[in-house]
Amino acid sequence: MSSDYEVVVGLEVHAELKTESKIFCGCSTAFGAEPNTQVCPICAGFPGMLPVLNRQVVELAIRTGLALNCEIADFCKFDRKNYFYPDLPKAYQNSQYDLPICKQGYLEIDVDGHRKKVRINRAHMEEDAGKLVHQGSITTSAYTLVDLNRSGVPLLEIVSEPDMRGPGEARAYMEKLRAILLFAGVSDCKMEEGSLRCDANVSVRLRGEKALGTRSEIKNLNSFRSLEKAIEYEARRHIEALEDGEKLVQETRTWDEEKQITQSLRSKEEAHDYRYFPEPDLPPLRIGREWVEEVRASLPEMPDEAQKRLVRDHGLPEYDAALLTLTPEQLDFFDQAVALCQDAKAVSNWMMGDMSRLLKQNNMEINACRFTPAQLARMLQLIEAGTISGKMAKSIFEEMFNSGQDPERIIKEKGMAQISNEDELGKIIEKIIQAHPGVVQDYHGGKEKAFGFFVGQVMKDTRGQANPAIVNRLLKERLNREGA
Amino acid sequence: MALSLAEVEHVALLARLTLSENEKELFAQQLGAILEYVDKLRELPTDDIEPLSHILPVFNVFREDHCRPSPSREETMANAALVEDKQYRVPRII
Amino acid sequence: MELYELTVHQLVNLLDKGEVSSREIADSILDRIQSVESKVKAFLTLDEDRAREQASQTCRQAGGFLQGIPYGLKDLFCTRGMRTTCASRMLEHFVPPYDATAARKLAQAGGILVGKLNMDEFAMGSSTEHSAFFATHNPWDLERVPGGSSGGSAAAVAADEVPFSLGSDTGGSIRQPASFCGVVGFRPTYGRVSRWGVVAFASSLDQVGVFSKDVRDSALVMNLIAGHDPLDSTSVNLEVPDYTAFLNKGIKGMKIAYPREHFGPGVQNEIKQSVYQALQWFEQNGAVVEEVSLPHSEYALPAYYLVATAEASANLARFDGVRFGLRDEGADNIIELFSRSRANGFGAEVKRRIMLGTYALSSGYYDAYYLKALKVRRLIWEDFQKVFGDYDLIISPTTPTTAFKLGEKLGDPLTEYMTDILTVPVNMAGLPGISIPCGFAGGLPIGMQIIGKAFAEGTILQAAYAFEQSNRPNQKPPLGVN
Repeated sequence: MSSDYEVVVGLEVHAELKTESKIFCGCSTAFGAEPNTQVCPICAGFPGMLPVLNRQVVELAIRTGLALNCEIADFCKFDRKNYFYPDLPKAYQNSQYDLPICKQGYLEIDVDGHRKKVRINRAHMEEDAGKLVHQGSITTSAYTLVDLNRSGVPLLEIVSEPDMRGPGEARAYMEKLRAILLFAGVSDCKMEEGSLRCDANVSVRLRGEKALGTRSEIKNLNSFRSLEKAIEYEARRHIEALEDGEKLVQETRTWDEEKQITQSLRSKEEAHDYRYFPEPDLPPLRIGREWVEEVRASLPEMPDEAQKRLVRDHGLPEYDAALLTLTPEQLDFFDQAVALCQDAKAVSNWMMGDMSRLLKQNNMEINACRFTPAQLARMLQLIEAGTISGKMAKSIFEEMFNSGQDPERIIKEKGMAQISNEDELGKIIEKIIQAHPGVVQDYHGGKEKAFGFFVGQVMKDTRGQANPAIVNRLLKERLNREGA
Repeated sequence: MALSLAEVEHVALLARLTLSENEKELFAQQLGAILEYVDKLRELPTDDIEPLSHILPVFNVFREDHCRPSPSREETMANAALVEDKQYRVPRII
Repeated sequence: MELYELTVHQLVNLLDKGEVSSREIADSILDRIQSVESKVKAFLTLDEDRAREQASQTCRQAGGFLQGIPYGLKDLFCTRGMRTTCASRMLEHFVPPYDATAARKLAQAGGILVGKLNMDEFAMGSSTEHSAFFATHNPWDLERVPGGSSGGSAAAVAADEVPFSLGSDTGGSIRQPASFCGVVGFRPTYGRVSRWGVVAFASSLDQVGVFSKDVRDSALVMNLIAGHDPLDSTSVNLEVPDYTAFLNKGIKGMKIAYPREHFGPGVQNEIKQSVYQALQWFEQNGAVVEEVSLPHSEYALPAYYLVATAEASANLARFDGVRFGLRDEGADNIIELFSRSRANGFGAEVKRRIMLGTYALSSGYYDAYYLKALKVRRLIWEDFQKVFGDYDLIISPTTPTTAFKLGEKLGDPLTEYMTDILTVPVNMAGLPGISIPCGFAGGLPIGMQIIGKAFAEGTILQAAYAFEQSNRPNQKPPLGVN
């Protein structure tokens, strides 16, 4: 891509707030239920029905706003956003138009080793619509089925300023935002379940240019990977068009995962006139500062703070600290393990290495992990004490992962205890040296490989369980005693 | 002054109302007359007046985050004209 | 006197004393309906069997305050298991799976729902001629309208078909028909009675209210339906007093204002005279009566028609044929489904108001129309605040004319809208108001409107009762039966 251009990105994220019940009625928000079984006349927009606001939605919105360094409004209200669509039962969505609950915030991402602030314009509460399942094929005409289970689920829409440059920064923003939302405990953030959704606004301009280029809004981004690919594609499309002298049109486009391209939704788009007006059925909100301070006090440590702490208190590199603070469960596991064995670097290595690999292979989240932080800590202590070698540890770890058994038990059952007894090792070394006088000569003759041969023999004799460091030392001493 | 046909058609589309040619003409004229009447409001200087959207001095009306069982699907969907596979069926979305 | 001619309090009295049974009352009411309904045409749905069955049951067990007294509901109130049409083809076959809160309260109090009453379609109108099904006739003159939009509710009480009924009042839809039909019609303060289950027309203006034969009945029914409802965020959390406790307090020392703007040239002379006489009665009996000004009165109606239609355009958007209501079968795509279902389901007046409201909210017009109207609303509200700073009540005629003829105002929407000119300011300010009979002009009832401060329903009832006791018109509509 021509580096004369910079790619300007803004992101609109919808996060489902994790309440038990919907925003305006007592129906469950649980994912995966049979169609239309979590629906009542209120969330189905029946005649005469009225909304009553779930207090927890406001609480979680305030929490999110504080976690994103926003101003929490003193006064805000709901508005009606009017449009017709089969997944919108009232034919208006309750949202917040001109007075959102949160404004002027930011989060920080790491770009090429330095920190960058991405500003957040606003975050507001709104209700979700139902789900559409499109039917039909080439032979049968198209129609659509509507499931209203999701109608009325509370959402927080978080809108960034167009501060990101390129797909990498966009991805970093999403990762950080997701981590913040998880740490604040406001959403499950599962893109695959739709509890975290993202639309990207992309434009390009010549470097140094102040004005923004024509933008496209890209929808249907189902993963962070799709987000990156779509931005790359769209930016390239824009640049090609500009270089060819074509005019770009502001429009909404959809990402086609299969074809890996964006496609215009222009034919389906009419200029939406949402005719916003204040919702008369819901009294406005006055958010007292005491409430805000209560929420602030209840916020746990946020990812950035945790990252700093890991670097400061444990001397971890920033990269490691960033990975360990992607989810609160991960950080919690780390903290617990380190509290017990004090070796932060080791914990970090194992968590980011073998543990991460095995979790991914088995499609597991860390909270499904069968072993505990305490067990990991003990395993590390055993390595430290020399009871097991680093190499043994790998198979012990894997066994621990699969069975959740204590490391001590695994070692015992599989007879994997490392041999560190110097007398015992000394006897074995002696035996081997006696058996290979020729190699002893080679060693004294300066052949380096001879030493390795002896180590290998010791390992073979002890089925790999000899403590390598001790073997090396004893072997050297023994050979050097022999010599001269 | 009557509304133009284009304006009537635009509003009818926003409101999802199919109108016959007669209705369009009639509404163009009637709505025009009504709008002329409401234009009376221009006589009042209101630049410094706060709009009154909520008549009661009430704020922060909430319910607790408790789940209650939803009505059965049969009851909820009893009034629907076209249901397929436990969902509402609608024709193609263009 | 026949049982069907009696008031609620008279019936309660007889029931308490065991002099009459619920079944006898139900039979009398249903027979009365049989004999006059073909002339009045107040009911859209009548469930005689259910009513008689419930009445018989009530005889056998304790019956709540109402002990089986029958009543009717404007067909705007959702009733579980009983069709609720809003007088529209759109909901001709709609059977709600829930009861409106006000309806539930009356049922819990032992009332027996006889049927659903005719109205202007979706409460939009002032004559009940905009019902999709048929027009209701004013019992005082069957060639005239009963008023609207709660025309059926008013006519049924006037014709002694039910001792009381509920209606809704967004711009005068209880007070105006009460005035036309010579009955008592009470619209409480916005937020006093729950709107849950009442199909919304204009959310910030709608209120549930009562039609009755006298003021005491109004107080009794208000006791039953008023109160906070956790399902309605706009219903207030204020205790409900016993409204009957206000009735005998008299009017000495009350300060009553009458706004000169409500006695202008557009108001029929006999009506003005009748209300002036009433004002004199108040003065003679110890109230202070003074003329005031509500300077923005003439702007209330235009502002109302922007605010109400804007909210209505959004409230009626849910009627798209998907989950309930009329559905166009031949639609090829979603836009056709919505547009044709709505075109077939809604009548002209409803369409007109949806169009107007949509326009008032649309891009480029929002500031000049909807926003402007909300600002004017504040000015109207402030007018009332000023007057109520010095006075307890405001009195005016309820309507500028007596009941007009069927068909008379169908040609020009604006002339029909004008009939609400005296009632609409009250809704815009969210205030309570009652219409009570205060005379006749050419054999047609005249209504006097008494407006109170927010949540001062008691004071209104107090003054209305005092007047009624000394000035009760002793006539019944000449329905020419028996």
